[in-house]
This record gives sequence, C-alpha cells and structure tokens, in this order.
Amino acid sequence: MSQNQPVSSTTAITDYELENGLQIVVIEDHRTPVATHMVWYKNGSADDPQGKSGIAHFLEHLMFKGTKTHPKGEFSNIVAELGGQENAFTSVDYTAYYQRIAKEHLGTMMSFEADRMINLILSEEDVNPEREVVLEERLMRTDSDPGAQLQESIAATLFTHHPYGTPIIGWEHEIRDLNREDALDYYTRFYTPENAILIVAGDVSPEDVKRLAQETYGKIPRHNLAPQRVRTLEPAPRTARRVSMTDEKVEQPVFQQAFLVPTYRIAKGNDAEALDVLCQLLGGSSVSRLYKTLVIEKEMATNVGCWYMSTALDQAQFMLYGVPREGITLEALEQASNAVISELASNLVPEAELERAKTRLMADVIYAQDNQTSLARIYGTTLATGSSIESVAQWPQMIEAVTSEDVRRVAAKYLNPQIAVTGHLLKAA
Amino acid sequence: MSSNFTPSSHADASVKPSNRVQSIVSAKGIEVWLVEDYTVPLLALEFSFQGGAAQDEPEKAGTSNLLSGLLDEGAGPYDSDAFQSRVEDLALDLSFNCGADFFGGTMRTLIKHRDAAFDMLRLALNEALINQNSIDRVKAQIISGLKHEEKDPNSMAAKAWRQISFQGHVYGRPVRGNYETVDTITREDILLFQSRIFARSNLKVAVVGAINASDLLRLIDTTFGNLAEKAQLINVPFIAPAGQGTTKIIPLDVPQSVIQFGSAGPLRNSPDFMSASVINHILGGGVFSARLFKEVREKRGLAYSVYSSLNCYRSAGVFVGATATKNERARESLDVIQEQIADLAQNGPTSEELINAKKYLTGSYALRFDTSSKIAGQLVQIQNEDLGIDYIDRRNSEVEAVTPEQAKNAAFELLGSGKLLVTVVGQPEGF
Repeated sequence: MSQNQPVSSTTAITDYELENGLQIVVIEDHRTPVATHMVWYKNGSADDPQGKSGIAHFLEHLMFKGTKTHPKGEFSNIVAELGGQENAFTSVDYTAYYQRIAKEHLGTMMSFEADRMINLILSEEDVNPEREVVLEERLMRTDSDPGAQLQESIAATLFTHHPYGTPIIGWEHEIRDLNREDALDYYTRFYTPENAILIVAGDVSPEDVKRLAQETYGKIPRHNLAPQRVRTLEPAPRTARRVSMTDEKVEQPVFQQAFLVPTYRIAKGNDAEALDVLCQLLGGSSVSRLYKTLVIEKEMATNVGCWYMSTALDQAQFMLYGVPREGITLEALEQASNAVISELASNLVPEAELERAKTRLMADVIYAQDNQTSLARIYGTTLATGSSIESVAQWPQMIEAVTSEDVRRVAAKYLNPQIAVTGHLLKAA
Repeated sequence: MSSNFTPSSHADASVKPSNRVQSIVSAKGIEVWLVEDYTVPLLALEFSFQGGAAQDEPEKAGTSNLLSGLLDEGAGPYDSDAFQSRVEDLALDLSFNCGADFFGGTMRTLIKHRDAAFDMLRLALNEALINQNSIDRVKAQIISGLKHEEKDPNSMAAKAWRQISFQGHVYGRPVRGNYETVDTITREDILLFQSRIFARSNLKVAVVGAINASDLLRLIDTTFGNLAEKAQLINVPFIAPAGQGTTKIIPLDVPQSVIQFGSAGPLRNSPDFMSASVINHILGGGVFSARLFKEVREKRGLAYSVYSSLNCYRSAGVFVGATATKNERARESLDVIQEQIADLAQNGPTSEELINAKKYLTGSYALRFDTSSKIAGQLVQIQNEDLGIDYIDRRNSEVEAVTPEQAKNAAFELLGSGKLLVTVVGQPEGF
C-alpha cells in the first residue's frame, strides 16, 4: 500500500474558528449540488447529571420544539419544503443535528440552527408528550428485545463506575422524572458556540461557509468558558463477570464478550491503531480468525464478529459475538472463541494476513470519500471525542505502521477473558 | 412559513446527474447506464436479473435467497477461502441480494483493482462452485436468521400482514423461505434456478465511477456476455392485496404492540402512481410534518416511529404503514391513524399540504444521487421499473403536474374504503 497517495489528499478539508469559539470544518465535494450541514455538541449521555440519565437524548428530541423567533414546527416545515432531510442523534460523548439539502439553502439552515443554539423555548405541553415518545422509543428499542436488554446489561456490568455503563436513552425510571427545567439547565450548560463544531460537507466553498457562519453563528456571544467534561474513571477490572438473559422470545441463542479497552484519545503508543487492526483480523471479514475457525473449520457458529468503539473520550468497549449452530452450546462456543483469542495473544500473525486486514481498513477511507455524509460523520466523531483533524489525515499511515507484534501485544493486554464481561442470550426451557 | 428562503424550482435539483448518464451497448448487446466520474478513485456497479423469490418453486421457497449467499463461496479456480481472501486483498465490496421480483448484486472497487474486481464478479456469476459444504453452511446461517426473527414483533407483524394480504400467491411467501422449505433445497434446485434466471434478456446494469465507455463495455462483455441469452421466467400473476377489514392479533409477551396496517396501492406503471405518492407523503412520508407523525407522535406521544409507504411489486401494489405503541394505548393509536386516513380520503389534502409535498418531493430528489453507489442503485431501479433514461429529467415535472383534483381522487382511491388489513403483535388493549 505504500505506493498509494495519502488518502486525505483527494478531498479538500478546511478548518477555522470563529471569534466566539465555534470550530468549523468544511469538506468539499462538488459532484452533486447538495450539502450536509451538521452541528456537533461536545456532550453526550456520559455527561448526564447523576440521577438524570437520558437528559442529553431527551433534550435532543426537545430541540425540535421551537424557539423565541421560530415557533414549533417552523424549522422542520422549512427543511421539508426545501426538499431537505433532517435528523439528530445522541451518543455517549456527543449530540449532533443535521440537514441534507440543496446547496443554495445552506444559509437558511445555518440561520435556523444558529437560532436554536441560543433561543430554545420549552413549554410543558411540548415536554410532556415528548417524554412519552422517548419512553415509547425505549420500549421499541430495548424493552421488547431480549438481545438489546442483554447488551444494556453487559455495558452496565463492564462499566462499574464510569457513565458509559448507563444507556444513552436513560433508565426508564429516570426518564419518567426528567422535566423541562432539567432540559433547560442542560441546554444552558452545553449548547454554546465554544462547545460546538460546525461541519459542512458538499458542493460549497470554504469562503462562502465562513461568511454565512459569521452572519449566523458568529452573532452568538461567547459563554467564556467551554464546559468541562469531568467524568469518573473506570478502575482497572480484576474479575470475570457473567450475565445472561433467558427469555421465551429467544429462538436463536447468542454469545457475547466485552472487554474494556483504550480509545484513540487515551491510548498509549499505537494501541488504538493496533486494536483497529486486531478487530479487522479477528472478526472483520469472512477470512477473519473467528470466522475461519468457528464458522468454516469447526462448524460451531453460523456467524461471528467483533466491533471496537475506537472513537470515544474514555475507555470503551471491544465486543466480540458469536451465533452458535444448532446443537452447539454457548459454553462450547465461548471456549473455542477463547482459544482463537489466546492464539492471537501468543503468536505473531503472518505478514500476508496482517497486510490483508490493513488493506481493507485503508480502502474504507477511500470508499468514505464517496459519501459526504460519512466524511462529515468521521470528522465530527473525531473532533467531538478529543482527537484532531490532522489525526484523520494521518490515520492511514498510522495503520500501515502497525506490526504483527503490535497486534499480539494488544490482544494479550486487552482481550483477556479473565477480566471481561461474558453475556449469554438463552432460550427459555 | 418564513420569507427568508427561495423555494427551489423543480429543475435545479436534478439536472446534474441526468446530464451525465449515458446509455451504452456492448458488442454482445448488453445495455449499461454509465456515469463517468473521476473525482474519487473508485467504481460502483449495480446489476439485477428480473426473477427473485417469486420464481422459486413453491415447495422450495428460499432457493433464490440461498443462491444469493453462495456466489462468493468459491468460484472458478478459487475455493471459498481463496475467493474470500482475494476479495479482501483487493478490498472489494461484493454482495448479492434477493427480493421478491429481482435477484441483484452490487460491487464497489478501488479503481486500481478494476480489472481484477470485474474478474471476481465474472467468476461469481459464471463459475460459482456451490459445493455441498457451502450450501450447508449458508443454510445454517439462513435458519439462524429466521430463528432470530421468529419472535421479533416487527418481523412477526410484517410476515402476518404479507401472508393474509397475498394468501395463495408467491408474494405471500417469505423471500428466505421457512425451516421446512430451506431444508429441502438441493444443489440441483439451486443450479436449476441459476440457469433459469442468470441471463442477458432480464439483466439491467449501471456503473458509476472512474471508467470510460470503451473500457467498461469490454469488461461488461467478459463479465456478463457468456450468460444465457434468454431467461426462463414463470409468469407471476397480478394480485390485489386481500384482507381489508380484517384485524389479526398475534399475542406476544412484550410491553409494546407493533401495529402494521395497509391495503391495496397503485402499480408502479399506473397513471395514478405519482398522485398516490404525493398523498402517501402527506399522510405518512418521512418528514416531521407528515400527518401521522404530527398526530400520533408529536401531539399525543403515542409512538416513536409511525409511517406509511407505497410498495410496488412487479405484479402488485401495496399501501402499508406501521407503528409501535405501549399495549395500553394501542387502540388509541390505531384510532388516530384511521381518523387521519378517513379525513384524507374524504376531504383530500389541503392546498398548502399539496404545495409543500410537491416542494419536498422535487427538492429532495437530488439527495438520492449523492454517492456513486446510490446513483448506480437509482439507475438500476429506473431500468427495472421501465421508466426510461429520461426519467431523471421527467420525474420532478411529473410530481409538479399532480393537480388538486388528481390528488383528491388519488386520496379517495388509495384510502377511501377506510378498510385496512391490520396485524398487531403484542398484548394490545381495546381490541
């Protein structure tokens, strides 16, 4: 891969900061006359005050309820009339709002989005039905799905002290008590220009974006201090923990194992890059170690895989999963999976296998350039979790530099079943 | 409405992609729609063969879907492992899919691996090994997926709705088959299906990316040119969805009821299709200003998700929507939905609703064309629906041309009976 051009060079990225502290990133893509406009706030569910779980997500819903200047529905109606699409999402570390729209309407979007950064108003008659909507969302996503309940429990068990153990949507009993004042307090604390990142991707020029941003977001005064994210840290795990969910709705059992791992912001050396390569080697394809061993060779599983939450502010999850074939117990699958990990922790992977995994990771960077919304998300996620714009450009070289020994080292260091949380999803007898 | 924006004219949003679509024909007579674009060093290809699960033998339901899982399990000189290793070495995205009416595939490659990528696709389509070992493995994966959904409320509601609506018709069968039919499918069944469906007469292809027409045509002929000339398709009879007026409750121990509702809709080639699309958008399209979103979610907090849509099969048209509400208020949710449907059917949309719907539908059309893969997908869909290469230019004028009278008639035609087929999964109260 070394003969490749650095992948970032084909996409023009410009960044600057307004006087009020708002960070701006412009990603040019002139192929189609549309633009993606996103505002990211550097706060997520892990910043919910104690006892107010779900407030970051609840506020995200309430941000659609109107402002002093633009009453409820006006923004959404205009987005729709202009042929735009809009939505918002909340993660553990950030909350983001976006519109995808014909490029000539970018200024209108900025004007409305800037307005709701500062002028939100909330009435009880808007807050109360929306709380019901969130409770329905929780019923839909989690409470009707045993698999989702197991996931929730695995996270709550892995993080004994850090807020990543609390679900983004919140615990049901705390959602029920969230009120208008909670939402406004949270809004005042976090929705400020110095806590926000504006990302515009698409058929736009950096000069136009800067001018429009100054006319809209630029009018918002500084709040002086950017809010601090002070979080309790997760202590080093020392025990193996097991959780299981048995339910009559489960027809297909599942095995999961979660490990506490560092992320790009906090990893020492190249541990995060090595974990990315390890994740690809272990479960990223049909030639990955888990797939080849458990699905093809041993015929114990119908599917296996893993994911690594590499972009997060604090230590996060590395999750491995397997779906057993008929007649295979979760215990047997778990044992076989442990053997695969142990092999990777003990011996170096052959060079060809390492190269194959890196090739895929670096190709995905080029594929991402085909999608302005994906690019906007990559930059938003990176910046909102404490990494820099330069780190996006450097990433392919950093991945390329990962060695077999790096992979072995992080496998041995972090994927230790003796300090992991193991989850079993089981059919009721 | 605010005055600080200019409504987009229908022309400006969609001019660009259409100007760039070329229809080119290979020496072996295969037509390809190409958008040449060198901005990003990649290429996206999408293809489809008419003839998906609706072409399965009834007692072998799931054959087409099973085949879609087997094409990359070894082909030509490569066994399964060697094939997959090569896919990874090339960082190739190659996948195959199967719906009711079409068997399709997508490929995305870095341009530096272009020829090798086409060769992998050629092998998969012409020389797939389909050995017994792979068949058993993919069957196990399909069964596992069926199990996973067996007690999933959304899947259960949708499955029941399809079964009642299309009773006795191939569209009533699950695309993936069921435990029994998947179990009985043999290698010979799969090969027979493949030989009937993989042909040039029912093939549609679109390519977007860094390639010129002559290079592409050469690669298209080596990839698809040796397929049989003519597909052997069985006729799929037209069917009008049945069961309107029926409410089927399926008990499941969940705190929230999933409600699926619907009735007949227009066929894609019906002259009423565009008017009906506008009506559906006003009722339950994907915007926060849709009636169902406002009435069910925003005003009453009854649900997180509520929508309606028009699904066009080749031989059936369907209007279908869904929501999920806590069991105690499931009846209320359905009542609100039915009130909105009745009101729209009787009174038609307001003139403001009609104007706004047209603005959204025309203005947002360009958003379907902002990545190479999405463009390729749109171009194959336009071919599958026989809309013509000028459709991208025509489409927004067709939306604009819907008159208030046509919209009112379409609302009555689509929703006027007020009778819906409703399937509910959960423990709903008030039914």
